[in-house]
Amino acid sequence: MTHAILPLRLYVGIFAALILLTGLTVAVAFFDLGGGRLHIVNALAAITIAIAKALLVVLYFMHVRYSERLTWIFVGAGVFWLLILFVLILADYVGRGWVQIPTPWVS
Amino acid sequence: MSEHSSQIAHQFDDAAQQYEASTLGMWAFLLTEIMFFGGLFAGFFVYILGHAPAFAEGSRHLDLTLGAVNTVVLLGSSLTMALAVRSAQQGHRNGQTIFLALTIVLGLVFLGIKGLEYAHKFEQHLVPGPQFGLEGPHAQSAQLFFSFYFAMTGVHALHMVVGVGLLSWLLVNAWRGKYTPTYYTPVEISGLYWHFVDVVWIFLFPTLYLVARHG
Repeated sequence: MTHAILPLRLYVGIFAALILLTGLTVAVAFFDLGGGRLHIVNALAAITIAIAKALLVVLYFMHVRYSERLTWIFVGAGVFWLLILFVLILADYVGRGWVQIPTPWVS
Repeated sequence: MSEHSSQIAHQFDDAAQQYEASTLGMWAFLLTEIMFFGGLFAGFFVYILGHAPAFAEGSRHLDLTLGAVNTVVLLGSSLTMALAVRSAQQGHRNGQTIFLALTIVLGLVFLGIKGLEYAHKFEQHLVPGPQFGLEGPHAQSAQLFFSFYFAMTGVHALHMVVGVGLLSWLLVNAWRGKYTPTYYTPVEISGLYWHFVDVVWIFLFPTLYLVARHG
């Protein structure tokens, strides 16, 4: 079971979409979408576009869409572990100032 | 594929099983790469939380035009890589060699532009250290941004160099007609690696170059 050969048009179409999304992410960066000091909305827009581009590359150029279930599980595990890394670290650093924990052991 | 050829290692039943095992093995390696680059990104996000203005100023000192051009170059190299795999699937030797050569050329163009950017950073004294020349209230924290910039793009460029090496080896073998529609596993899994490096750049570009272009 070697993989089916995908049509040339599909590859070129994916490439065109990737270029369009690159233009979009650059254009969006020049507008202040708000979100306070960290420009959260701008950051979310950039991350969303980057994820869309990565999905196109992974699913089509890397053939994951046409791969076995086991490959899907591997890729999903990678993304899941990456999310653990980000969510737990950022939960700590973002939320650290939210609650004042008494520290009687300090001085 | 009942007959064992020299291209099928003896522990596999047939070419299809060998192909699946090889791609899965490559993905296992790429998972470790995801965590490797993920650590750098996590570090970046932690520091940008505490040094937002400095990171924004640092980002504005990056050359957006060269960064965007490099993004297009790398996406183009991913296209030619995918087409090289497609040619291998079809058994087109000429297509394989042409697309692999194009991928190598585009990879080298990317590295060349990256080198140009690095040279500019050295000229403008934007390299962290005693020579760091950025003035203003954020000068100290901006060094953090440039530390991340050089570490992340440097490690990425190192992966590109490895990729160009891999592709050169593929090119020689493709030229010799080693890959056939029933055996093109090295082309496919080297392609996985190349596309992965492209995906890393897809995230690096907005993270480093587009922090705060407005205002």
